[in-house]
Parts: sequence; structure tokens; C-alpha cells
Amino acid sequence: MKKLSHWLLALFVLLLPAIGQAQEQGLEINIVGGNASALPITIVPMPYQGSGTPPTTDVSQVVRADLDRSGAFRTLPDANIVEKPTRGSEINYPTWRALKQDYIVVGRVLDGGNGAYRVEYELFDVAKQQRLLGLAMTGRANAMRDVAHQMADAIYEKITGVRGAFWTRIAYVTQTGLGNAARYALMVADSDGFNPQTIVRSAEPLLSPSWSPDGRKLAYVSFERGNSSIYLQDISTGARELIASFRGINGAPSFSPDGRRLALTLSRSGNPEIYVMDLGSKALTQITNQYGIDTEPTWSADGSTIYFTSDRGGRPQVYKVSASGGGAQRVTFEGSYNATPTVSFDGKKIAVAQGSGNTYRIAMMDTSTGSPRWTTLSPGSLDESPSFAPNASMILYAAREGGRGVLYAVSVDGRVRQRLVLAQGDVREPAWGPYRNATPQK
Amino acid sequence: MNTTLRVFALSLMSVAVLAGCKKNTKETPPPPAVEPPPAMTQPTETSGMYGPSDLDTDACLRQRVVYFDLDQDSLKPEFQAIMACHAKYLRDRPSARINLEGNADERGSREYNMGLGERRGNAVSSALQAAGGSGSQLSVVSYGEERPVCTESTEECWAKNRRVEIVYTAK
Repeated sequence: MKKLSHWLLALFVLLLPAIGQAQEQGLEINIVGGNASALPITIVPMPYQGSGTPPTTDVSQVVRADLDRSGAFRTLPDANIVEKPTRGSEINYPTWRALKQDYIVVGRVLDGGNGAYRVEYELFDVAKQQRLLGLAMTGRANAMRDVAHQMADAIYEKITGVRGAFWTRIAYVTQTGLGNAARYALMVADSDGFNPQTIVRSAEPLLSPSWSPDGRKLAYVSFERGNSSIYLQDISTGARELIASFRGINGAPSFSPDGRRLALTLSRSGNPEIYVMDLGSKALTQITNQYGIDTEPTWSADGSTIYFTSDRGGRPQVYKVSASGGGAQRVTFEGSYNATPTVSFDGKKIAVAQGSGNTYRIAMMDTSTGSPRWTTLSPGSLDESPSFAPNASMILYAAREGGRGVLYAVSVDGRVRQRLVLAQGDVREPAWGPYRNATPQK
Repeated sequence: MNTTLRVFALSLMSVAVLAGCKKNTKETPPPPAVEPPPAMTQPTETSGMYGPSDLDTDACLRQRVVYFDLDQDSLKPEFQAIMACHAKYLRDRPSARINLEGNADERGSREYNMGLGERRGNAVSSALQAAGGSGSQLSVVSYGEERPVCTESTEECWAKNRRVEIVYTAK
């Protein structure tokens, strides 16, 4: 018997890379559109210079894809990388000036000890011939994508001055099958769509995932009890808690920035209102009290204000209210339908699903320059559920294409859109997770 | 009589006539967008009370779906007509329970559509109660846009999804 289990274990280990590969192929990424004013940068391939097996992840490719997706950079295609320096002393600057590059990143992958890899990389300003970054990162074989995303974050922040959000995760809901055969799943993946992980599987609808600020938990709505209920689930352990299952609607959970409270929608009083629940005591404070539908609460980064959707004025618009309750103020004054607000970390931008007739697009209201300036970020016609990246450089949203649900990430200037498509079925309800800290979370 | 008095008397008479008319005539409803349900039949039980078998045979009771116009939660006249028989069934059968499942079409926010579905379910609940059904026999649940009967992004499909389903959970 022992021999059989050994064989089975060996078989399983052999199959693991195949499973990993299949998951990577589950999400298809296409970049639509481009940005002529993006910064030209070359990420030179980083060769493995160790003595063991080379990593299966090509970190320079992951960095390249991240920077392209952000819309802020335009990376030099492989075919044009005519020289392959691996360190600063090997860089021949005239080559890169001739290729009109502003920046160049070089590096190499070495053995890191204990089966890990060590990536040493440097960022140079081509015109000034000046080194801007020289860093090293160590990671296990199955964590090299995380290493690459952190490299991309460092490069992005050094050049733009804005913290990078490539090393983040996204949550979303998938549906396969229709009617009684429908199956739903709540998924978590890297922000580029790789490494999808199933968090919940259900035969009943799942909606509205919301990340805890420490990235360890998701609150979400499930219909498994027949009516809508809100659950809180630990991503790594799978342990979950039923948070709200009142009569009527239990919906739209949203974690406060300090992680101690949850804003949610309950219609137990007769119509949907916003409440705040203290997660320790489970005490509820009612925040809105108006005829009409008040839903989709989302917190300002300082935790003082809650933005939400309300049709108290006739059709859905975005309002804001103090997180401790009080009078609400309307925020959106353009467009006849504005819903599902997502607010940037600095409170200056609000993206919404904006409806006009039968067309629903992602639009953004920017108050950085004083009076509100509106831009349309997506082409429609059934775009919904916008979610800001934690650095507000990009927005994730749901669209319908070819009869099925897909996700898009669009740069906040609207110039670059990337499609993330699940191989089968529908993808929707995206939620961009918080920055990740250095300690491993898997 | 002077002119003012004549005009006043005339208007008074007109109002009285119109008021009288209003009592006897019904406002003609606008033409229905969907085919009106077939004429209601009398209950088949000889006592005049509905029984469980009527749920399958009575033409009115077999009407179990109420459709709504976009962003609306008011009952169109052709659906008001079926409230009476379901309300009567609830009165005749105190053990009967109806779950009203409210739905919305796919457009717009999912959570807002949850609210719209509930509003529609509540509208049917109110209409059933106004027709004499007891609220204690009614419950409302909203599925928002999560339980569509069709998935095409067309006006025709959207109209089919904007609905409340009358589901008898106990007969």
C-alpha cells in the first residue's frame, strides 16, 4: 500500500506543472488601443546564470506586460532588442538612443540558495546615462511572477513618482451554464489575470465581492440560502462567517479602510438603505433613511465619508454621506443614470457606470482641478462595475462581448484597455484588491 | 343672471356631470404592450371556493408572471386583472403561501437591480393585498438580474426578464 501512495504522490508532483500551465492559459490578455505619449522603455531579457534548473517564469516578459498594460509605458518589442546587456557596464547607450528609448532595464537571474532564485536588476536613464535603481529580489520558483510584479512596481514608482499596483490581486465572479445548470464561482487572481484561485463555488448566484484592507478576506453576497445573504471569508483558510441574513435584500458589502466596519445594504426596514456594521460587535447603524433605493456604499480612503447610489431623485445618481450618518449630498450632476461609484485613494476621482438610453459606459468625474471634469473611459454598451486600482492609475470593469461577460482594465486617461477573458463562461463583478505587503499571503 | 354667475353655474353643472360620468365609466387603459391574458373563468369547485387543482386548470390562476416596463414598478392594467383570482385563492386556502420573486433586466448596476426587483415584488404584494389577499401569506424575494429567462441583449429579451413570478410554495 505504501508503494502505491508513493507512486500516486510522484504522479501528482509530475502533473503539477501541467495544472499550473492550464491555469495560466485560462485567462487571455489582449491590449486594445495604445498611447502615443507613453514613455518608451526597454526591458532587456534577463538570462538565468545559475547552475540549476532555470525558472519557468520569464520575469522580464511579466515586467514588460505590466508596464504596457498601465498605459504609461511603451516597451520595446523583443525583435527590436538588438543588444542584450545584463548589467550597467554592458549598456551601449548610442544603440538605445537610436531606438528612441528613454529608459532601459537590465538584469540577470541567479541561484538564491535553497532552491530559490535571485533577480538582480538595474534601471537606467538613457539620455543621462544615469542609474536610477539597482535592486535584488529573491523568490521561490512558484513565486517568480510575484517577484516580477514587484520589480514592475519599483520601476513604475521610480519613473512616475506614483506607487505601482502591479503586485495586487483581483476578485471576480464567474458563471458557467444557464438556468438550473448555472454554476457560479468567486475567484481571486493576480492583477494580470494569472494564477486564478477558486474561493467559493455555488449553484446559486454570487455577487459584489469586497476586499478587506489587509487583503486577507472577502465579503460577498450569496443566494445559497434562497435569499441574498452576506458572508465574510478568509481567502487562505476558506473559513467563513455569515454576516447578514435579514429579511429582504442583504447586499453590496464594502469594508471600511480600517477593516473594522462593513457598509452594506439592507431592506429590512421596507426599502434598501445603507447601514454600517461594526464587525466586532455586529451592531448596525442605519446611515440613510429615505424612500427609494440606497445601495452600493463605498468608503473614502480616510474612512470619513460613504459614497453610494441612490434613486431618491428619480433615477440612480451618486451621493455622499458622513460615515456616521446625517444628510446626504448629491455628487453626480451629469448623465441621467450614475451608479456603482468607485473612489480614488485621494478622493479626487469617482468612476461610475453611466447609463444613457440603452448604453452603459464607464465614466469618470475628476475634481483635481476644481470643478468636476467628466471623461468617458469605455465604449459600452453594457459596461458596469468599475473598480479603481489602489494607486488609481487604472480601472477594472465588466463588459459584455460576443454574448458573454469579460473584464477590462483601462488606464485612467482612457488610452489603453486590456481585455481579460476567461476561457469558458461569463466573468463579472471585478474588485481590485489592496497593495500587498512583503509577508507571503498564500 | 349676469355672465359670471352663468359661467359659474355652467362650470358647476359640468363638474357635476363629469363626476357623475366618472362613477359609471372606467378610464380606458392604454393598449397593452403584451397580449392580455385569456378571460377569467369561474372556479370549478361547486362550492365557489378554489381548490389546489384549480392552480393547474383555472385560466387566471395559471397566469403566474407579471411583466413590467423599464424602470417601472407599477402594475399594468392587464396584470391588475389577475390579482383578483390569486387573492381569492389565498382567501379560500388559508394554508396557501405565495413567494413573489422579483426580477430586473440586465442593464445597469446589479445591486440597484436587486432593489428594482424587490420593488416590483412589493408592488405585486400590495396589489394582491388590495385585492383581498392576506399579507401573512405573501413573501417577497428579489433576484435582481441574476435569474434571467433569456440572455440576448435585445428589447424583447429584456422585456421578458422584467418580471415578478408568482410562486406557490404551499397550496
